[in-house]
Amino acid sequence: MTAAVADAGATPAAHAAHAVRRPRRYGPGKVIKETLFYIAVIIVVLIALFPFYWILRTALESNSQVAAGVGGANGIIPSHLSGTAFKDVFTQQNFGTPLLNSIIVSLACTVVTVIVASMAGYALARLNIRGAGAILGFILLAGFFPVLAMIGPLFLLLRYLGALNNIYPLIIIYLVYTLPISTWLLKNFFEQIPTELEDAALTDGATRLQTLYKIIVPVAIPAVFTAAILSFILAWNDFAFAVSFLNTTNHFTAPLAITTFGQSGYQTFYNLIDAAVVIVSIPIALLVLFAQRRIVSGLTAGSFR
Amino acid sequence: MATEAKTVAGRPARAGRPVPVGHARETSDRRLGYMLVAPVLVLLLAITAYPLIYNIWNSFHFDNLSYGNLPHSWVGFKNFGNVFGSSLWRAALERTLIFTVVTIVFDVVVALALALMLHRKFRGRGFLRAAVLVPWAVPTVVSALLWKTMFDPRAGFVDYFLGAFNGSWGNISWLGASVWRSWIAIFVADSWKNVPFVAIILLAGLQVIPNDVYEAAKMDGASWWQAFRRITLPMLKPAISVALIFRTLQALLVFDVIYIMTGGGPGNSTETLSFLSYQTFIVNTDFGTGGAQSIMLVILALAVSAVYVRTFRTENT
Repeated sequence: MTAAVADAGATPAAHAAHAVRRPRRYGPGKVIKETLFYIAVIIVVLIALFPFYWILRTALESNSQVAAGVGGANGIIPSHLSGTAFKDVFTQQNFGTPLLNSIIVSLACTVVTVIVASMAGYALARLNIRGAGAILGFILLAGFFPVLAMIGPLFLLLRYLGALNNIYPLIIIYLVYTLPISTWLLKNFFEQIPTELEDAALTDGATRLQTLYKIIVPVAIPAVFTAAILSFILAWNDFAFAVSFLNTTNHFTAPLAITTFGQSGYQTFYNLIDAAVVIVSIPIALLVLFAQRRIVSGLTAGSFR
Repeated sequence: MATEAKTVAGRPARAGRPVPVGHARETSDRRLGYMLVAPVLVLLLAITAYPLIYNIWNSFHFDNLSYGNLPHSWVGFKNFGNVFGSSLWRAALERTLIFTVVTIVFDVVVALALALMLHRKFRGRGFLRAAVLVPWAVPTVVSALLWKTMFDPRAGFVDYFLGAFNGSWGNISWLGASVWRSWIAIFVADSWKNVPFVAIILLAGLQVIPNDVYEAAKMDGASWWQAFRRITLPMLKPAISVALIFRTLQALLVFDVIYIMTGGGPGNSTETLSFLSYQTFIVNTDFGTGGAQSIMLVILALAVSAVYVRTFRTENT
C-alpha cells in the first residue's frame, strides 16, 4: 500500500523530469498547462466582453421587461427581443444630433491633429532645432495636464467669446488629448526612416519641403494613420469638457447625451441607456477590431522613446 | 513614390543650381523647423498654459458669477485658506490619494499577468488582444454606464449572479446606497477600462527583452519563477515606470466615472479632487476658489510626475 502510494507519487515527478529532458510538445504536464492557459484566456475574454453582451441584451428588452427586472420574465438569454429602445433613442431622444456633433468634432480634431503633429514630429526628428528636448518635454507635460483644472478659465474664455454651448471650440480644446501622443508617435516614426533618401534628394537640389512631401509623407502614411485612429478615439471619448461647456441637448456630444437618457422618476430605463451605449461603442469596437495591431504599436510607441 | 526617390538619389547633383550646403543648410533647416513646431506649441500653450496662468490670477481674486457683477477684487490668500479649511476638500484629497494607491497597485499587478498572457504565442492571440483592447477604447461614459447597468439591482448581472448563490444577495444596491459598495463599483469600472492599457505598455516592455537571455537562464537550470524575478521584472522596470506615471495621473484626476456612476454620492462620499473642481467651477461658478483648487491639483500632478521621473532616472543610470 505504502509502496503503491510512493510509486504513484513518484510517477508525475518522473514525467516532469522527462518533460524537462526531452523538449517534446505533448507531455502530460504540458497538456495540463496548456489547458489551464486556455481556460485563463477564456476567463479574460469573458471579463472583457461579457459586459458588452449584457448591455446588448438589456438594450434589446422592451420597457416592461426592464421594469420586471432580470429575475422577472427574462434570464441571461432574453426570451423576447425588441428593437423599441433603439428606435426610441432616435425618435424620442433625438440621438442623431449628438451623434452627428460627435462625428464632426472628432473628425475635425483628428484632421487638425494629423497635420499639426506630423509637421512638428518631422521638425523635432530631423531639423535639429535648438531646445528640441525642452519642446518634447513640454508636449509630454501638456498631455498630463489636469483637465479639470483647465475648465474654469476655458469656461470664462468661451463665455467672453460667446462660444459656450457650441461644439466647434471643442475641436481646438480636444487637441490637448490628441496632440501630445500623436506628436511623439510621429516624431519616433520619422526618426526611424533612414536619412539616405532625403540626403540624396537634398544634395540633388530638392528643398526641405519637397523632400517632406515627396519622400517622407508617402513612407509615413501608416504612422499617420495610427495617429489618426488614436486621435479619433481620444476625441470621441471626451466627457469632461463636453459636460462643462455644453448645456442644451441639441448641442451635446454623444457621450454627454447618453447620460441624460432613461431617467423617469424612480425607474431607470436601462434599455434606452444601453441602446445608446451600444451605438456609441460600435464605431470604436470596429476600429479596434480592424486596427488592433496599429493601435497596440501606436500606444507603445507613444509611451517609449 | 519610392521609384521617384530612387531616381533622384541616382542622379548626380546638378551643377548649375546653388545648393545650400553646410552652415547655410543648417540655418535654413532650423528656421523651417521652428515654423513647423510653432503650431503645436501655440495650440498646446493656449489650452494648458493660458488656463494655468488665468487660474493663478483668479486664485488671488474674488471671481464668482453667481454674485452678479461684483468687482474682481484682490483677496490675497483667502481662496487658498478656503480650500485648506474646507473639510470637503480635505476629505476629497484623502479619498483621491487612497483611490490612486489602490488602483495603481491592483492595475499594475493584474496587467502584468495579462501582459504575459498577451505576449505568449498561441492561436487566437490577435483575437485576445482585440478583445482586451475594446474596454480601453470605448469612452469612459460607456464603461461607466455599462457597469452601472451591471451593478443595478434590477437590470444588472452582478446581483443576478450573486442571487444564484444566496437569495438574499440577489437584491443588493451598490451605487448610491453604501459608500463601500459604491467605491467597489467605481473601482471595478475604472480598472476594467484601464488594466488593458497598462497591459499593452507592459507588453511592449516584454517584447524588447531579447530571447537569448531566457535561453541562457534555461541552460543554467533556472525555473520559470527565477527567470521571471531575475530577468523579466528587472528588464521590465522602464515599462512599469511609464505605466505607473500614466495610471497614477489618470487615477489622481479621476472624474468621468465618478460623475456618471455616483455623481459624488451617497452624500459627498465619492467626491474626488477633479469632481470637486467641476462642482466649484461649473456648478457654483466660483472661479476664485476653483482657481485655488486647480493650482493644488496641478502641483499634486507635477509633484507625482517629478517623483517618478527622478526615481526612473536614478534607476537607469
